[in-house]
Amino acid sequence: MKTSKLSFVLFVAPCLIAFLMVVIIPTFSGILMSFTDWNGIDPNPAFVGLENYVKAFTEDVVTVNILSVPLSMPRFVNVFLFTAAFATVSVILINAFGFGLAMLVTSGLKGSNVLRSIFFIPNLIGGLILGFLWQFIFTKVFNHIGTVFGIEFLKGWLSTTATGFWGLVIVLSWQMSGYMMIIYIAAIQNIPDSLFEAADLDGANFFHKMRNIIMPLVAQAFTVGLFLTLSNSFKLFDQNLALTNGGPYLSTQMLALNIYRTAFVMQDFGQGQAKAVLFLIAVSAITLTQMSLSKKKEIEF
Amino acid sequence: MKTGRNRIILGFIGIVLALLFLSPFYLVVVNSFKTMKGIFIDTMALPFGQYLDLKNYAIAFDRLGFLRAFKNSLTITIISTFLLVLFASMAAWVLVRTKTWYSNLIFMTFAAAMLIPFQSVMLPLVSLMGRMKFLNPPGIIFMYLGFGSSLSIILYHGFIKSVPLELEEAAIIDGCNRFQVYSIVVFPLLKPITVTVSILNVMWIWNDFLLPQLTINKPEWATIPLKMFFFFGQYSKQWHYALAGLLITMLPVIIFYFFAQKQIVKGVMQGSIK
Repeated sequence: MKTSKLSFVLFVAPCLIAFLMVVIIPTFSGILMSFTDWNGIDPNPAFVGLENYVKAFTEDVVTVNILSVPLSMPRFVNVFLFTAAFATVSVILINAFGFGLAMLVTSGLKGSNVLRSIFFIPNLIGGLILGFLWQFIFTKVFNHIGTVFGIEFLKGWLSTTATGFWGLVIVLSWQMSGYMMIIYIAAIQNIPDSLFEAADLDGANFFHKMRNIIMPLVAQAFTVGLFLTLSNSFKLFDQNLALTNGGPYLSTQMLALNIYRTAFVMQDFGQGQAKAVLFLIAVSAITLTQMSLSKKKEIEF
Repeated sequence: MKTGRNRIILGFIGIVLALLFLSPFYLVVVNSFKTMKGIFIDTMALPFGQYLDLKNYAIAFDRLGFLRAFKNSLTITIISTFLLVLFASMAAWVLVRTKTWYSNLIFMTFAAAMLIPFQSVMLPLVSLMGRMKFLNPPGIIFMYLGFGSSLSIILYHGFIKSVPLELEEAAIIDGCNRFQVYSIVVFPLLKPITVTVSILNVMWIWNDFLLPQLTINKPEWATIPLKMFFFFGQYSKQWHYALAGLLITMLPVIIFYFFAQKQIVKGVMQGSIK
């Protein structure tokens, strides 16, 4: 009995120690630090109460246009709204594309394996490199095509908030659709063929099969897919830094980049950490809500 | 007849989408062989005549310090992944086989920590690791072990639950101790999920930018994404160098994928079902 306890400790210890030091302790010390005037170096910062949180919601007010109504609001709220809008659009598009691609490559076409491999490639490359790559495409190639064919729409990409927003959406969709495709392929291939054969005998058309066989049996994969895309788009950093760098005029800055800049550029670690705590709360609340909603939907089907 | 026409339409859509997916790579490749003026004149054309320039690659390769960065990335990625596979499978195994409240609690903590974004812990982490004199390659490997534990343990945990106990019991009767049972009997059985865990960790660690950016303060330790970041900052207005640099950094991954695509796609698929 004693040896088994000892071996339990020995087996769990390496991961657990690293995990406690790297994830758990910083999480809690981060929460404490958010209530101090921490500057990143001083080991004994002074307690300042909620000041950092107040600063996050009041300092640095910007004017933004929402549905063409100009509104003045703190930059951090604006950053949150931009991130939320980005995440909403990206999650819908990436999962729709991913599911569409999965349907395409499982339809028994010749060469589906090649297609599958191609759609997955962008996923292997880091967000930073992809961001730089697309910066070239949006600013140089789009401009060039726009000039040659006289398409105004293609000119000046990434120089406005709207094109920056859609640029980010395109990059993340291009990158993640292939990954979602793989998840949905796994789910679709798990559907027993007998169900489709039975449906064919009953004279069901494509939409019947979609509604009554594919959707319910793929529901679980949607839970995973939505979770991954939602948390990835909320936490986006590399692509944001490499593609727009938050510009023009910081209008495409997302939460992760904002936290980073508050700490390392504004040198306000206390406020940066307060934002980081809010970020933690927001990300967990949103993903947990999504998970429980999706799980409920799974049962309904 | 109707399904025949549908097939042609689907095949056509597939080809168009594949070309669309590949077009960014095409654009990088063709433009990376041009002079600055060549890029300015036409971004779509193949490199031709006086606008063809092969020197871009030599210059980018040299100024990136690519060999050094490649070696650093490879070392950090391989060691971290190896340790994650080893320690996460060990931990997950005893967590599944020990049915006590604390083993449950430990597993639930690993799982719940999946929700914690890196940016929420990065500031205290860097200050803690700095005080421990851990802002160096061994420290980075330690941090990857910590951050990678959650997902790796969850994946192993899910897999081990379906591994039958009988083999382990037989090994114990034959006189194996716990380490022998693990290394001789259990670990070989975990091969499919080990492939998945390795692939997911390699993809993540190889491409990770923010952690090295925060923790590596010596240029000779820099990984590929970090080098690329500085290189791009220097040459962002000189696209002919920047694009050659981008292609150099992407090439190892693409070559690796070319040879291991089956395992990679299968591994990712496994990971999603868990």
